[in-house]
Amino acid sequence: MTRPSAAVRHRMDLLRTMMLIRRFEETCAELYSAGRIRGFLHLYVGEEAVAAGVLPTIEAEDAVVSTYREHGHALARGVPLESLFAEMFGRVTGCSRGRGGSMHLFDAGTRFMGGNAIVGGGIALAVGLALADRLQGRRRVTVCFLGEGAVAEGAFHESLNLAALWHLPVLLCCENNGYAMGTALATEHAQTDLALRASSYGVAAWPVDGMDVLAVEEAAHRAVESIRGGGGPHFLELRTYRYRAHSMYDPERYRDKAEVAQWKERDPIRLLTETLQAAGQLRQEDLDALGREIDEAIAAAVAAAEEAPLEPVDDLTHFVVSERRS
Amino acid sequence: MAEFTMPSLGADMDEGTLLEWCVSPGDTVRRGDIMAVVDTSKAAVEVESFRDGVVDTLLVEPGTCVAVGAPMATLTEPDDTAPPAPSPAGSPKPRTVDPLPPEEHPRPAPPVRHLAHELGVDLATITGSGPGGRVTRDDVVQAGRPAAQPEPTRAAPAGGTRITPYARRLAAELGVDLVGITAPADGVVRAADVRSAAGVRRSQAPSEAPGPSKAATERHARMRATIASVMTRSAREIPHYHLTWTVDLHAVHDAMTRRNRDLPVDRRLVPAAYLLRATALAAAEVPGLNGFWSEGRLDQQSTVHLGIAVSLRGGGLVAPAIHDAATLTTDQLMSALRDVVERARRGRLRDAELRDPTITVTNLGDLGAESVHGVIYPPQVALVGFGRIVERPWAVDGLIGVRPVTTMTLAADHRATDGFVGSRFLAAIDHHLQRPEDL
Amino acid sequence: MSKPIETTYREALREALREALRKDERVFLMGEDVGRYGGCFAVSLGLLEEFGPERVRDTPLSELAFVGAGIGAALGGMRPVVEIMTVNFSLLALDPIVNTAAALLHMSGGQFAVPIVIRMTTGAGRQLAAQHSHSLEGWYAHIPGLRVLAPATLEDARGMLWSALEDPDPVLLFEHSSLYGTSGTLPAGAGAVDIDHAAVRRPGTDVTLVTYGGTLSTTLAAADRLAEDGVDAEVVDLRTLRPLDQDTVLDSVRRTHRAVVIDEGWRSGSLSAEVSARITENAFFDLDAPVERVCTTETPIPYARHLELAALPSPEAVANAALRTMGKTDG
Repeated sequence: MTRPSAAVRHRMDLLRTMMLIRRFEETCAELYSAGRIRGFLHLYVGEEAVAAGVLPTIEAEDAVVSTYREHGHALARGVPLESLFAEMFGRVTGCSRGRGGSMHLFDAGTRFMGGNAIVGGGIALAVGLALADRLQGRRRVTVCFLGEGAVAEGAFHESLNLAALWHLPVLLCCENNGYAMGTALATEHAQTDLALRASSYGVAAWPVDGMDVLAVEEAAHRAVESIRGGGGPHFLELRTYRYRAHSMYDPERYRDKAEVAQWKERDPIRLLTETLQAAGQLRQEDLDALGREIDEAIAAAVAAAEEAPLEPVDDLTHFVVSERRS
Repeated sequence: MAEFTMPSLGADMDEGTLLEWCVSPGDTVRRGDIMAVVDTSKAAVEVESFRDGVVDTLLVEPGTCVAVGAPMATLTEPDDTAPPAPSPAGSPKPRTVDPLPPEEHPRPAPPVRHLAHELGVDLATITGSGPGGRVTRDDVVQAGRPAAQPEPTRAAPAGGTRITPYARRLAAELGVDLVGITAPADGVVRAADVRSAAGVRRSQAPSEAPGPSKAATERHARMRATIASVMTRSAREIPHYHLTWTVDLHAVHDAMTRRNRDLPVDRRLVPAAYLLRATALAAAEVPGLNGFWSEGRLDQQSTVHLGIAVSLRGGGLVAPAIHDAATLTTDQLMSALRDVVERARRGRLRDAELRDPTITVTNLGDLGAESVHGVIYPPQVALVGFGRIVERPWAVDGLIGVRPVTTMTLAADHRATDGFVGSRFLAAIDHHLQRPEDL
Repeated sequence: MSKPIETTYREALREALREALRKDERVFLMGEDVGRYGGCFAVSLGLLEEFGPERVRDTPLSELAFVGAGIGAALGGMRPVVEIMTVNFSLLALDPIVNTAAALLHMSGGQFAVPIVIRMTTGAGRQLAAQHSHSLEGWYAHIPGLRVLAPATLEDARGMLWSALEDPDPVLLFEHSSLYGTSGTLPAGAGAVDIDHAAVRRPGTDVTLVTYGGTLSTTLAAADRLAEDGVDAEVVDLRTLRPLDQDTVLDSVRRTHRAVVIDEGWRSGSLSAEVSARITENAFFDLDAPVERVCTTETPIPYARHLELAALPSPEAVANAALRTMGKTDG
């Protein structure tokens, strides 16, 4: 077979990212059930297309602000596998020295500015990062992920208003998966057309099929280019779905299995796989090899994280404040 | 063979109850298939398999409560070369929730054991009234208490008074017996009370002030008792040595006369101002005499708080400090001296003044003896005495003249210094007094 | 050598802002009415004209958003001075302050420090009633990761801001509303001051009076009263509420053996409780009396003048507390 074109290679990268995220999340589910990851765990299974489609459209010097459902964003941004598992295990080699856990992944090297356990807590932060870029004359974009639940928080409205008022280079990616923990969209918002609501602040806003990674990428690319060209804040409502509970094993009394099954019909990994296979660009053995490669990488990262040391208790009070000179 | 274990289903879950199995032995399961329904405290939850395999044995009956991590079933892994399910390295350590191992008699807590030791109580002889037969503090106190006796309390001064922490510490330092102190009206013994009890020196002859009040008499009696106590302690504990030096004061006299011509009456200097100034300077210059003897060593003080022995009308003596005396000019020392004497006689001294002297001077004045060999006031280590200024024949450049002189004495603590140092100190005082224009 | 200048507390703050804006182009001021209005308390009057709207930036009434944005801007390399009009409105921004600014450095394992300065007006005494009269400095001083300052003098108003901007971590500056109009002289070269230590404002020997911010003048007035009674009080101005300079306080108490803590917050769970606890923990055997506290009465602040005055710490209450430590009854 001839060497695949750049476009095809790129789509393979998108597929690989989505499969990596899914298998990472499933591994985390197993580790949590075995009691090796503790605290809260919010999994991204089903939403892979959003992270995989948005992150490739920005540059290394741009910034990413995320939520507590952030593993997919961190992986797609390039935060190393082992530092993520180590963080989950609370080890000092974790991206946050084991101090953050699942909800507080930080990586200065990739300008991954953290998850946030407060719904809407990162939006104003993203607006501020964009403000700094504007004041220092940098053509950078700040991407901020949020859920549709955050649109009910005052923080969203204040921050979007401020960003629009000052014409700041921020991209809000609203992952509308239909449920804020157990609260369905229609029971939470008087007006459920979220892109419409965002547009009332005078920003460009439109809905996107969040299960189709190619649609996501195309929309994000358009928005990022517009922002970088001075188009001010943009809002994308990415309509997606999480197959698993809000966090590990909530009873899921708020939705029925038929709905989950229906969304699985449009599983993002399956959609892209079928598209590639139909175009003759992906053979089964390549798909299997990809799966094996990902599994091995994950297993190796888990094993390494298992051996990683814990932060010494004596260091507990380090980094409450910066180390002072003198 | 792989195990299917009770999963952790939340941050606060330690165990769950198996409600029903969704598989049977021999069933093929794939990763993600539902194995069972488990009851957590919040809801019935379907739990999945993370492995592909064939169900081998179901280890737990429905209705059983199982700890998180405990095995519930076994699976045989598939034989084919399909990619193995990624498994976390090592098997999960089951988190069991062990109840506390039952004890016959749970050991009493450390403070209880300590108390028993203090009271001489044998724990083995006590039946505990706490949970599980545990011996409690009350049990020990009861056992240690002889019948019909009041609770043992620390020895308290008469009348069940309270004593502040600082007062207690001060009393120990000054050698004041707290039992002898009568508490003021509010029942709290404070530092000032300890100081009043201790803050006196050897008394003069009792004055003849007519008809002192009853309160004054009582106060006087208390003061005398405390003086007695402190002086006895000083004589007992401090190995004194004594030195004498006669000082020619004519230079001081001349300088003082000249100076006083320019001063209003109420600010005129007396010789004592020069004597104190010279002493303060010397105390700062010669180490070993300005400080406190404490815990077997001299706690040298860099600042000189000069204690001035003041006799009180009605008898009694106090020795309040002029603070930072070495930094004051002669004029300033004069007004400080005037002020402290006046307030001492009015009973308006501040605690700091009574507490802080680092070295004391006793000046017997115009009517006193020619020299004084005093008793050091602990915890100080020196007492300087000046006798009456008298005119005496004096040899100057081989000729006889008459000079105003005073006999200066040093009583010093031989643990802190010896005669050599004491002499140097007196020499320094004399040196300053021969150069009064520099004071 | 230049002569000392006659100035006021608000002018000193303004000069501090001016100096910062001039010296460091990363510094910008952001808050409600700081630009066109000149600042609710006229602190930033004239600064918009001098530095322009990018650097003296008016915001909408969105405390949560503009404090959060200030944090983001600090992460992005700026040195923002965020003005929250009063501590009362800061409650709307508690989440970004406590959950982001204070926690980010520790939570990220040392990766992201937040060099933000947040200024707030605080305190009661102007008959503004319950919602406009809080003194919540003690609440903020409870949070690890924050530095909390209370300038009570002209020197501190002039000098604390620059030192706060040099601090790589979040700093909160509390300006008591009663101080803005106070006047005095500053040396011509007055500038940055230390933000680590308390200061003895009046040396004394008999009792230590510990306070900060708006109650410093009350405490000094009490010290004058006490002097007439022959009691020599030492007044310690904490200046930095977190981290507390306990050494200065303890040194004083070990000399005087008595302590009164004066705090405009309510007594329960307040900063005065913290100071009192530290004195007891570290200087117990030097104490000649229990540590006294003079705080605001435990009620929301009322509007009527006589009630408000009765609720707030007064020189008389402070003097009486000091006399109690000396074993002398009130009055």
